[in-house]
Parts: sequence; structure tokens; C-alpha cells
Amino acid sequence: MSDEQLSVEQRNKRTLKKLLIWAVAMFGFAFLMVPFYNVICDVTGLNGKTSSTAATQAPETVVADRTVTVEFITQKGDGISGEFTSETKRVKVHPGEITLVHFFASNPTSSDMITQSIPSVTPGEAARYLHKTQCFCFDQQTLLAGERKDMPMIFYLDPEIPSHINQFTLSYTIFDVTERVAGKNNSVAAN
Amino acid sequence: MSTAAATHDDHHDHHHAPTGLKRWLFSTNHKDIGTLYLWFSFAMFLSGGFLAMVIRAELLEPGMQFVDPEFFNQMTTVHGLVMVFGAVMPATVGLANWMIPLMIGAPDMALPRMNNWSFWILPFAFTILIGSVVMSAFGAGNPSAPNFGWTFYAPLSTKYGPASTDLFILSVHMMGISSIMGAINVVVTVFNMRAPGMTLMKMPLFVWTWLITAFLLIAVIPVLAGAVTMMLTDRHFGTSFFDAAGGGDPVLFQHVFWFFGHPEVYIMILPSFGIVSAIIPAFARKPLFGYASMVYATASIALLSFVVWAHHMFTVGMPLAGTLFFMYMTMLISVPTGVKVFNWVATMWRGSMTFELPMKWAIAFVVLFTCGGLSGLMLAITPVDFQYHDTYFVVAHFHYVLVTGAIFSIFAAAYYWLPKWSGIMPNKTLGELHFWNSLISANLLFFPMHFVGLAGMPRRYADYALQFADYNFWISIGGFWFGLSQLLFLAVTVLCAMKKGEKAPAKPWEGAEGLEWEVPSPAPFHTYDTPPVVK
Repeated sequence: MSDEQLSVEQRNKRTLKKLLIWAVAMFGFAFLMVPFYNVICDVTGLNGKTSSTAATQAPETVVADRTVTVEFITQKGDGISGEFTSETKRVKVHPGEITLVHFFASNPTSSDMITQSIPSVTPGEAARYLHKTQCFCFDQQTLLAGERKDMPMIFYLDPEIPSHINQFTLSYTIFDVTERVAGKNNSVAAN
Repeated sequence: MSTAAATHDDHHDHHHAPTGLKRWLFSTNHKDIGTLYLWFSFAMFLSGGFLAMVIRAELLEPGMQFVDPEFFNQMTTVHGLVMVFGAVMPATVGLANWMIPLMIGAPDMALPRMNNWSFWILPFAFTILIGSVVMSAFGAGNPSAPNFGWTFYAPLSTKYGPASTDLFILSVHMMGISSIMGAINVVVTVFNMRAPGMTLMKMPLFVWTWLITAFLLIAVIPVLAGAVTMMLTDRHFGTSFFDAAGGGDPVLFQHVFWFFGHPEVYIMILPSFGIVSAIIPAFARKPLFGYASMVYATASIALLSFVVWAHHMFTVGMPLAGTLFFMYMTMLISVPTGVKVFNWVATMWRGSMTFELPMKWAIAFVVLFTCGGLSGLMLAITPVDFQYHDTYFVVAHFHYVLVTGAIFSIFAAAYYWLPKWSGIMPNKTLGELHFWNSLISANLLFFPMHFVGLAGMPRRYADYALQFADYNFWISIGGFWFGLSQLLFLAVTVLCAMKKGEKAPAKPWEGAEGLEWEVPSPAPFHTYDTPPVVK
């Protein structure tokens, strides 16, 4: 039926339905923004997010005539009362050179703790040139009661890193996720 | 075509229209619902204004005087929420309800029952929100009201939000449902209920701007609903949309919020453009200059509003290309906005202008909104924004566009159409006092905010460095003055509602154009049962 043959009520209902569908679709779009944002962050390094998986390829070359300064910052998130530091505060590396850095976290409490560290790079554009072959941030780390843990991180910089990036900061924030993990396990058990 | 249906409906309830409380509770009449919206928004304007008075009282002098910083944060938060969602938006919906059917020759809004519902959700939504402030001020143990700013950034509103954040989330959901239904009603009415001959390009600009506003509302209010839903699940159901510890990202919140938030500011200002485009031609006694360009400019502003959101968050650390994109897109908006301002000025050019109250407010709107637009252009420049970000310069900017912009135009609309609504001319003496007091006090209130902002005074703090004391004293004086001036408007509207004053003819303004002036004043309960023919 064409629009002309419908009564006003029928046309109103038809327009109403279209607009309602649109409103519901836009509600869905809000949630679609989440994966979309994560993909953009992964691809562009927007917001200083580093890759959450280990680099598997070895660097092809070492650019011996360039050095880039990498600084390390550690921050303690909620629920962390112990130590969280990096042994190395700053390091000068050649792009392509494989470097090992040690981080230490301690759990002075009397119960075991599961932690998750979240990396962030400033300026953000350096993030995509930072490749980590091993990092404590890839997985949750369990700190036993009273334990002081050595958490190594191995990285290299992409030989392609643009020449204007001479220095960047890699920050880690450590969070106590014990309750979060417990909550998940409980809900799994309940199911 | 629409005649048969319209007259049928009308005959049905003409003889047993409910009276008293039932008339308002069960109303499906666009005029009654419009009136409800307008009174409600005015009540919210005074409530939100009261919260602003608390803010200005605390900032009258440096140091802590009346409230503690925690309560101050609740004041800035709820002031913003009440003014945006309770005062400006419902006021423009009220104007739409009253005027759109009259302007396009329709007997009522297309979906009258939904119209009733979309209004009656609002008082409950705001009772919940404002209730949390009352609890905070007087309740046992003073539980905190929402205290994270009207932009409710995560993690302030998720991990660190007070218990009342859940009341806030529920309240925002209800406001959102109300807005979406109101917007759908406008679109359906404009698309299907126009009188024969009322083609789209013959519609008054107020109808056009509201149609485009309605589309913006349907597009972005669900995104706001999505944002608060994510907050809710982050707070209680173990998700980590915005929680870094669980792999989420607090900056994502800002993207989702401002994807809603920037179109939202146009939702608040586009109907104002329509109001001013109706009033200036009436008192310049010339047709609106560049009608078609006005329509296209409004549509361009609406489209551009979807690609500028990140200019609110230049300082989060975006790639250079990103900041440049958002900077240029933001500046591009000044082109269609400039088209509008020049069209209004060109309409006044060599017109036979008179300066009745609606015209005074409309001219004040054009001048002061442009002032707010220019500071917006300054804020659009990325490197400059790094200095201005979260200072009183931003506060000055958005109060110029929202108070002396949106709210002044709503006053203009009220003075222009009150004769039609009530059948009584607004009291001239009180109206003049209201206008001049508001004009001077609003500028005393908001203009010095530019200076303290440029000098580095941050927004949303309960205290400030001593060098800002003199300016803040005068800003507060302007604030109290502006707040008290609004009681004059209360007097004007109450007098009209009580039918005290000069009777208004069907067309009280000599130069006014449009179908709304063809019906008697006050507009009868049912109008255009038989659609007028527009030539």
C-alpha cells in the first residue's frame, strides 16, 4: 500500500515504528562503540594502549645510530598496599635492540592476591612501535602472602619508529583483582 | 485527507472534557501538555537556579563559608543536570507542543497519549534526582547526591560514585525515554499532520529547527542511555567498560558521552534559532532573509554536530591528526552558524523595527549568543584549548550560549506567544524590568568569568586563589541579581495565568506571520478541526 491510501493514524503508526527502530538501533550503537574504540586503539595506539599480546617476530635490524630513551613509571591502583617499582627508571635503547627490564611487586598482606597491571604509553603515538615479547601485564599475576615477586618485561622498539620520537614513557598501574576473579569464579560455579 | 479523522476524534471528547486535576493528569491535548511542560521547566529553572545561588554564595568570598567542598560538588553537578535536562529541554518541548500543531494547521500532536506519558515521566525523574540532593542536605548521615559534575565522567561516577549514582542513572533513563518520545511525536506530527498546502519548505523555521532537533534527539539520547547503562553494569554487574583494572578504558566513557553530548548542545540551541527566526521578521516587518539558507544551515549544523565531539577532550592525549580533524570540523560549524546570524541581521536591515519585549529578548539573543559562539571558536583551537580547558573561560562560554542564548530565546518565545496561550498581554512594566535586569545582571554574572578563566581559575572548585576574589565578588552579585530578576518573570506568567491584564487580540503583534495568529487568543481547546488551506 502506498502512503497515499493510508489513513493518518496508519501513517502515524508506520512513522512511529520506523523512529522507534532507529532509537533502539542507536542504543545498540552505543555498545558498538566499545569494540570499535578498542579496534581503533589497537590499530593506531590511540590513548597509549600497547598491544596485549606478545610479539612473536624478532626485530629484523638494529638501528645502531639511533637511541630512544624509554622511561618507566609505576603506579599503585586500588587495594595495593605493597611495593610496585621498576628496577630501571630509564633506559636508552637502539630501535630493534632487545631489552630486559625488571619490575617488582610485593604483597605484605597475609592473604594471596591476584593482580593485573595495565600499561599505558605517553605520547600515545609511540605505543604502536613498542613490541613486548614477554610482559607480566599479559596475564594476571598471583602474589602469595608475603611474597616479593620479580616480574620481567622484555621489549624492543620497532626499527620503523619515527625520528621525532626520541623519548617516551611507559607507565604501569597495578590493580588488585582478587575479588573480581573470585566473583567470576563464583558466578561460574553457580551456573 | 486528514479532515475526517481529526473531526471524529474531536467530537468524541468535546463534550466531556475532564476538569480539575484529571484534566492535567490525563490530558492528551497538545496545548495542556505544552502548558504542563512550560510550567514544569520554569519550576526546574528556579530549582536549578537555587542550586546556582548556593554555588555563588560559596564563591562570593575566598575561603570556605557556607558549604563544604563535597556538598559544593553536588551543587555544580545537580545544577547542570537540572538546567540541561529539566529547564532548557522541557521548555523547548513545551513550546513545540503548543506551537507546532498551530503552526502547521494540525488538530493536535500525532500521538496524544504518548505525549501525556512523555510529560508525566519527567516529574518523577526529577523527584528522584532532586530527592538525592534533599537527602544530602537534610537526611540522616547526609548521604552524598551525585557529585561528579554534570558530565559524570568515569571513574568518578562508576568506581568512586556515591550510592545515589544509581538514582541518577534511573533518573537519566527516565528523562531519556521522555525526550525520545517527545521527539518521535514531533517528527510524526510534522511528517503526517501538516495542513494541505503546507509543504516542507513553507513550514515556519521554528517547525524546521524542531524537526531537526527531534532527529538529533532520536539519534543521541539512546547513546546517553547506553552510557548510563554501561555505568550501571560497571558498578553492579562486574563489567569493565570504563574500568582499567578489568581491561576497560575510562577515556572510552568520554567518547561515548560526548558523542551524545555535542549533538545535545545543538538540541538545546536549534529550537532557539527557530524562535528568533519567527520573532525578528515580525518586529522588523520584513520576511525572514534567506529562508532556504536557514533550513540548510540548520541541517548542516546538525550533521556537523556528529563529527566534533572530541573537541571536549583535546587534553586526553589524542594523535595530532585527530586533534586537527576535530579542530577544523568544529571551526566549520561557525560557517552555517554565521549564515544564520547574518540572515537575522539582514532581516533587521532597513526594516521598520519596533522594540516590543519579544524583539528585545531576540536582539539580546543574537548579540550575546554570537558572543558565546566566538568564545567557542577560541576554544576550538586545540593548542589554545589546552590552556582554557576546565577553566572558567569554558564556564563563561557555555553560559553565554545556554543562558543568554537558549534561555533568553525561551523568554522571547514566552513574551511572543503568551498572548496566544493565555489571551492576556504580558505586563509591560514587569516585562521591561525583567528584561533590563536580566540583561545587565547576566553580563555582570558571566562576562568576568572570561577574565578569571584566562587567568587560570579552574572550574568546579569550592574555593579559589586570592587574586580572583574581586572578580568573583562581582560575579556572585551578578548571580544573585540575575536569580532574583527571574521572580519578575514568575510574576508576569502568574498574572497571565490568572487572566489579569490587557486582553490580547487574535494577532497582538502587527507584523507577525503564521497560522498561529489566525486562531483567537487565547487559543481554543481544539483548533484546526478542519485543516486550513495554505496557499
